[in-house]
Amino acid sequence: MSLAPERIEQRLKEGLPGVSIRRVTGDAIRDLTLLVPTERIVDVCRFLRDDPEMDFSMLSWISGLDWLPRDPRFEVVYGLLSMSGHARVTLKVELPEENPRVPSVVDVWPTANWHERETYDFFGIEFTGHPDLTRILLPEEWVGWPLRKDSPLGYEEVAFTHNTPDRILPSPDLTRLKPKKVKYRAQ
Amino acid sequence: MSEPRSSNPFRPLAPPPAVAPSPLEPAAPRTEEDSVREELERGILFTTVDSVVNWARANAIWPLGFGLACCAIEMMGTLGPRYDLSRFGAEVMRGSPRQADLMIVAGRVSVKMAPVLRQLYDQMPDPKWVISMGACASCGGVFNNYAILQGVDKIVPVDVYVPGCPPRPESLIHGIMKLQEKILASHVEIGPFPAKPKKKKARA
Amino acid sequence: MTLNMGPQHPSTHGVLRVALELDGETVVRAKPIMGYLHTGMEKQAEYKTYTQSIPQTDRMDYLSPMSNNLALCLSAERLLGIEAPPRAQAIRVLLTELTRISAHCLWLGTHAIDIGAMTLFWYCFREREKVLSIYDQVCGARMTASYFRVGGLAMDIPDGFLDRCQTFADEMAAHVDEYESLLTKNPIWLARLKGVAPLSARDAIALGATGPVLRGSGVKWDLRKDEPYSSYETYDFDIPVGTNGDAFDRYAVRVAEMRQSARIAQQAVQRLRDLGPGLYRLRDYKYVLPPKEDVKTSMEALIHHFKIVAHGFFPPVGEAYHAVEAPKGELGFYFVSDGTPRPWRMKVRSPSFVNLQTLAAMIEGKLVADVIVAIGSLDIVLGEIDR
Repeated sequence: MSLAPERIEQRLKEGLPGVSIRRVTGDAIRDLTLLVPTERIVDVCRFLRDDPEMDFSMLSWISGLDWLPRDPRFEVVYGLLSMSGHARVTLKVELPEENPRVPSVVDVWPTANWHERETYDFFGIEFTGHPDLTRILLPEEWVGWPLRKDSPLGYEEVAFTHNTPDRILPSPDLTRLKPKKVKYRAQ
Repeated sequence: MSEPRSSNPFRPLAPPPAVAPSPLEPAAPRTEEDSVREELERGILFTTVDSVVNWARANAIWPLGFGLACCAIEMMGTLGPRYDLSRFGAEVMRGSPRQADLMIVAGRVSVKMAPVLRQLYDQMPDPKWVISMGACASCGGVFNNYAILQGVDKIVPVDVYVPGCPPRPESLIHGIMKLQEKILASHVEIGPFPAKPKKKKARA
Repeated sequence: MTLNMGPQHPSTHGVLRVALELDGETVVRAKPIMGYLHTGMEKQAEYKTYTQSIPQTDRMDYLSPMSNNLALCLSAERLLGIEAPPRAQAIRVLLTELTRISAHCLWLGTHAIDIGAMTLFWYCFREREKVLSIYDQVCGARMTASYFRVGGLAMDIPDGFLDRCQTFADEMAAHVDEYESLLTKNPIWLARLKGVAPLSARDAIALGATGPVLRGSGVKWDLRKDEPYSSYETYDFDIPVGTNGDAFDRYAVRVAEMRQSARIAQQAVQRLRDLGPGLYRLRDYKYVLPPKEDVKTSMEALIHHFKIVAHGFFPPVGEAYHAVEAPKGELGFYFVSDGTPRPWRMKVRSPSFVNLQTLAAMIEGKLVADVIVAIGSLDIVLGEIDR
């Protein structure tokens, strides 16, 4: 009943013969992951959605990835779900470091709107054709792309006594430990 | 009963002695209770403005519903049926800051939310208090990164810090009771009085 | 007129800001603005090991913390290629279903109080307190449990826990009857919820909605049945599905889910009694902490314990995505590992984030009073949306 990964690949080859789709293999790549050329992503998505056998009617998630020392630096990952075929497929698109842009799939699945905004917000990846590409989770006036690997965590050094030597600390008087008597105690 | 006398004017008094003293027996010595009973029967009480005003303020704190994250759920649990916060006077959680006098910052304050929090604090009328509930509001908590303000006391003055992640409802109630003690120990400011026009000294 | 339903609002269930453009009482446009609770969890996860990210997940969907823990653990287990032992799986199922009941109780209480039915709030919190004290007994914390670990559980369940769970699950059906007797045939409830905030099945799928929002619109998709995990395929339960996609159907779906969850919890308790004592953590010392008896007797276990505690386990280089059926919808974790104990990327597919997108489709052209009903029926949690 559920779609086999080989069938998905085969169907893609039949349906989109000109597009070179490569399967990503590795040690622990647990899902069917297909690398799609950047400019053809919308065609691939539309084919996957409209093909009656595969029927990937739901876009589950879009994520960005920053492989900093590697070139191409960025990747955008799309997680698709086929409810009738009980199958999931992951599509990947590789993007260069300067000017990373990829066509938006908002016309294929309207849910991509906020997912792409979030990826833009975190990584600075531009989705061409997106109706409203603005920051979604960070303040509007934030500068920088926090989830990139060269962005700092923003860790604030916690002030302990050992790393704030010039702090004046109240030294407790341990000889008189009687608590201060409050006139009225809440019952 | 040898517990310290409280300044609560409404403490229960022992009933008056049933038998009237006869003229032959010497009268019982007057106790403090008798003098208080006399005052009450006359309808006159002596106390200080501080104690009465603070007592009223402490026992009728209206919190502003400012739940941000997980601590908000424990705050709702404190208002819930098991740990009932309305026993302490917090009968209603006001939706508007103009009608509230306690802001319980329950949850992590993100950098985007900080100006909103400050605006809400400014909109609250005096006297107002702030309880910083939970570790995230007190010091940033588990999250020490670009998005979370490391402690709400960076932007508003905090009266009571309640630690925990999230603090149990009993901890929050303990924090509110501590705040009540703080209010009762505070000095009420009367005024400002309008300035009297200066009288011109008549020339001799 | 532009009306700002601000981040501080008693009915937005958190710090959600909705910019409403109104024409009289009709909503012309609704734009949810989020980010007021953004915590940088995904960035922070890159600086912590997998186990250290588990407490972070508690704070995401803070109404159902054990579900989030389960999602992270299952995703990491998928990446590692391991599976928890049967006893641990049964305990996970039991606690996740109790979590579902408590999350739906809280949803019902707050939804009712937004609409004006205050009694439900007290009743639902009474049930929730029972679940929270069950949590307290099993892991020490009332809400933020962090009880599950990659490969099993943090510790075994205490004595008397199963009896408590059984009592709760047995009583739950009567409590749900109580809630339904107050609401389901109540004319005010029906007037406020029937036909309000409709969402067609096509829109729901196109907008990526999952969970009761999707099932309320008539699409029978539940990850527990369709992509089963943690031995859910061995339990007997039904999936309630709505017909119209309005707020009332979503309410009915969630109430029916509470009953089904109580049913699953009873089965899980019976399964645990049948299984008897067993492993609560996988015996795979490369990735999972060995039990303390082995640490004290075997040298190899000691070294593995040290390595896992000091560094964390070293997963293979790869990626994995796994989703669970959280009370709000499909909660998925996508881990990208580069072989080090800290993930290269942790992406959270949070259900409320995607479900909130359907708000605009639900209330544009409808009355402003229905906005509260719509937001309530979506059952969103800002901690999950903003992460």
